[in-house]
Amino acid sequence: MIETRKSTNFFRLGLRRLLFLVCLGLGGVLASATLVRFAPGYGAEERELDPRWRADSVEALRQKQGLHRGLPSFYFHYLSALAHGDLGESDSLKRPVGELLRRRLPVTGNSVIRGLGVAWLAAAGLASLGLVTRGWWFEASTTAFNSLLLSLPSAVVAMLAVHLRTPVFCAIAVVVFPRLYGYIRNLLVRSYHQPHVLAARARGLGSSAILLRHVLPLAAPPLLALFGVSFAISFGAAIPIEALCDSPGLGQLAWQAALSRDLPLIVNVTLVVSLVMLAANSLADLAGRAFAGSTQ
Amino acid sequence: MIRRVWFVLALNLAFCWPALVSAQAPGQSGGELHFCLRAEPKTFNPLLVEEDASETIRYLTGGVLIRLNRQTQALEPGLAVSWKVSEEGRKISFRLRSGLHFSDGTPFTSEDVAYTMKALMDPQLHSPTGDSFRSGDGQVVVQTPSSDSVVVTFPAPVAGLERLFDQVAVLSAHSPKKETAVLGPFYVADYSPGSYILLRRNANYWKKDKEGKSLPYLDSVRLDFQRNRDIELLRFRRGEIHLINTLDADYFDRLQKETPAAVHDAGPGLDSEFLWFNQVSSAPLPENKKTWFRTTEFRKAISMAINRADLSRIVFGGHAHPAFGPVSPANHFWFNSSLPIPQYDSAGALRLLAQAGFRLQGGTLRDSSGNRVEFTVITNSGNKSREQMVAMIQQDLSQIGIKANLVTLDFPSLIERITRTYDYEACLLGLVNTDLDPNSQMNVWLSSAENHQWNPKQSKPATAWEAELDRLMQAQSSATTEKKRKSDFDKVQQIVADQQPFIYLVNKDAMSAISPVIRGSSPSVLDPHAFWNADVLRLGPDPALGAQK
Amino acid sequence: MNPLQKLAASALCAIFVLMVLATFLLPTPYARQFRDIPNADPSTAHPLGTDALGRDSLSRLLYGTRVSLLLAPAAALLSTMIAALLGSIAGLLGGWFERIVLAATDLSLALPWLFLLLVVRATLPLDVPPFVSVVIAFLMMGLLGWQAPIRVICAAARGVRDSDYLLLARSSGCRPARLLLGHVAPNLRPLFYVQFFISIPLFILTEANLSILGLGVMEPMPSWGNLVRGFEDFSTLAASPWRLVPLILLVIVVMCFQLVLPSQEVTQ
Repeated sequence: MIETRKSTNFFRLGLRRLLFLVCLGLGGVLASATLVRFAPGYGAEERELDPRWRADSVEALRQKQGLHRGLPSFYFHYLSALAHGDLGESDSLKRPVGELLRRRLPVTGNSVIRGLGVAWLAAAGLASLGLVTRGWWFEASTTAFNSLLLSLPSAVVAMLAVHLRTPVFCAIAVVVFPRLYGYIRNLLVRSYHQPHVLAARARGLGSSAILLRHVLPLAAPPLLALFGVSFAISFGAAIPIEALCDSPGLGQLAWQAALSRDLPLIVNVTLVVSLVMLAANSLADLAGRAFAGSTQ
Repeated sequence: MIRRVWFVLALNLAFCWPALVSAQAPGQSGGELHFCLRAEPKTFNPLLVEEDASETIRYLTGGVLIRLNRQTQALEPGLAVSWKVSEEGRKISFRLRSGLHFSDGTPFTSEDVAYTMKALMDPQLHSPTGDSFRSGDGQVVVQTPSSDSVVVTFPAPVAGLERLFDQVAVLSAHSPKKETAVLGPFYVADYSPGSYILLRRNANYWKKDKEGKSLPYLDSVRLDFQRNRDIELLRFRRGEIHLINTLDADYFDRLQKETPAAVHDAGPGLDSEFLWFNQVSSAPLPENKKTWFRTTEFRKAISMAINRADLSRIVFGGHAHPAFGPVSPANHFWFNSSLPIPQYDSAGALRLLAQAGFRLQGGTLRDSSGNRVEFTVITNSGNKSREQMVAMIQQDLSQIGIKANLVTLDFPSLIERITRTYDYEACLLGLVNTDLDPNSQMNVWLSSAENHQWNPKQSKPATAWEAELDRLMQAQSSATTEKKRKSDFDKVQQIVADQQPFIYLVNKDAMSAISPVIRGSSPSVLDPHAFWNADVLRLGPDPALGAQK
Repeated sequence: MNPLQKLAASALCAIFVLMVLATFLLPTPYARQFRDIPNADPSTAHPLGTDALGRDSLSRLLYGTRVSLLLAPAAALLSTMIAALLGSIAGLLGGWFERIVLAATDLSLALPWLFLLLVVRATLPLDVPPFVSVVIAFLMMGLLGWQAPIRVICAAARGVRDSDYLLLARSSGCRPARLLLGHVAPNLRPLFYVQFFISIPLFILTEANLSILGLGVMEPMPSWGNLVRGFEDFSTLAASPWRLVPLILLVIVVMCFQLVLPSQEVTQ
């Protein structure tokens, strides 16, 4: 009885979260639409400077641009089209936004997942290695390396990636790794100093056995939460990196959209990015809670 | 490699079998030319082309009646064997090549030309190509007396009429494939949005080389979309791409150090960089600043105080030349060679300023009512050479006591300021010139025009010299002889030099990089610099490429 | 403090002193162009060589250090103040106000910040002296950078709200403003300091990133980001390693800031 109540509670919580998330996403969309609409340069295009156009053609261009002039009507049309699954057409690229997102999202998703994988492997590996070896030089050198990576501006990392022609996911991994490493190491060290782990150590258990049997289960819930957060971090990092590396993903699309004041495109990219990031954060939160419940 | 040739063959078979027989000559030179576009083309419809990337596609795929030779700047027969302009530029008649086919096998006749011209001149179309033909109100009449002759009659004389046909790629009136059926050397075979376009050899292309072998030599052209110029350069260095059509000065120097044979500087190009002051009377600026900007001596003094030689030498590493005026010396026919060479003379600038009531007090310049002379130059962000030019101009102007600030804005905000709100003091921009004929600059010099940047859309000319510019521009466009047009436009250039509404700074050189693997290239000043003769380019033997095969 | 922290702290102090003295140390004005020697190698007159316009690189580095090191803390101060105010009120009041503040934080994380900066830059009046526009750029960053610290502060304020002494204060009729200033703020003060200190290197990095994207400090004023942007071409770095000095200095300073701080716990 108690079990089922707990699970329905959990389900309710999840549902409420989802609703909240959708509201936030839509709020973000409306806010960014307002921002774009009132940004200087909305509706101004580079081609207006082309002297070959005649005055009436320029006027026709401006008329076409003026379609989104009324913001309330844009909101209304956007939301009603969204309800039908239609994301509209990009002003600058003259293609359906849905198609653009479908093409770009996998590219970004791919680099984020690979980058995250590499960063996690490296961070978790190094952290547990540090725990097992417990040598001071290892500690010092990893700390120094880590803080060096933390101190590199991500734009410099992206420039390096461009120069070395490494794929975008490497740059993402380099940006995410030091942030993960610090957290993971702290977690493991804290778990390592728990009384029962100390007792196990006193019993003379091997260090890898301690790590696997005692430390990891203890650190698992926060690690799981960290996974969600790290997803959000790497997604956030991917945007400027892609813009700089000119990788055909969401980041590049967002940057182009911003530079050309492409209202439908910016709004939808914002929607996708915010939903992904918020969802990752909430999932992390929920997972943390679920684990906390089950271990208690 | 052989597999690929077979694949192309099979494709050709599938698409264009009616005209198959003569096309596939043995010993096809083959190969794939590979280079980058800096943006994705916005359209594949040749009539709607307005930006560089679409222009490139149109150039490589479109068949035109008359082709402007990018090297000699002379007109050459394309789909038309001959043509004749009559009725003072109101009428043009073409004799077409016969027996030609579109890339999909549809035969080419005069009907296609008529269809293209009608579509182009549709008032609802709104394209720069169509607009450049529009000289007066009224209908354009296209007649097709026979299947190989076309007569086009315009409502009013069009200056430099035949030259404009270089931009008109002929569409098929009947092909079910619409604009993808082409008459140029290549056709669009594959397009992957966001990453690349693949053009394949058009087996039905009409041109043949001296030995009678059909052109183009290349099997295909692959165009990757790549906005980042650093990446483009890296890929060129690694041999992944074969050419860079327009190369910036600092990239030129970097490449020159490594592979001197790959870089080409064809001399000053048509593009110019210039600075202008806001002279709009309704601009939200303090009155005293408006008065400065409208003073001819002030503008001339600024022009004299800028060291153009240093700009060319330092910002462009010597790959630019001080600009005289609206026409680059690269434009052989229209350049007015009697214009004075721009001289750097800060003492002379101060003398001019003194005549207009300005005076230098303790290192700062003040106007007659004692206001300090200070203004802000805007330019687009992300353009390093423009930022550097402004930085150098700042130092030059500080010599005569003027304080200039720099603000970079992203393009839309900049355009809003210079075309709508007029809330700026001075602006530094460049103009990309693709057309040699002064008629294309009509919208720049007419005081009523949109692109009369320093004071656009005037109901009547604000100054006597602008009225004179209006008169001369109208006169040259309706003049019947090239000589008369030239003398009118020479006067326009003279007025611009005297009044400095645009302070022309430099003409950038036309630079490109072409891999030594490419045979038959001869970079030109006119765009497209590196691949204007794409139909005769071929890939030569290259050790690296050979290993790949 | 362990020896490493001491070392980092003293390095930071040294760099700060150097920055303050920069005015007297500048060999030449930072914007002065020696047009005969652009891109020069290091010499006695120009110890770090000159840049593409012939400006003395050392002067630009010293001046840029001053710009970045003075303004990043200012931005950090601003963002911490906003976060402290909003966060502690939200934590203290709890309920719907807290929920709204946290939702706004989530929402603002989802907005296109790069675009907002682009817009702000374009809306500013053109006629401001370069230094003022630099200050405005950093203030903008400060205004936009409050999301990270606000969660931490809000959580801590919640802790204070539930504490006994606050209950006591409240029951003795303490007014909300006094409650906030007299009881909550002093308790959270160490946290504010830590948050402020954490934000400084973040803002240094943000400025560098923005400058590389072309949204940072305007020419001819130098800043670290601006100077780092100068060596886009990595292939020439092997031949002229001194051009790396601005990046190295930036990395050292950010590293020092990180090392001085006690290692942070995971705070969500």
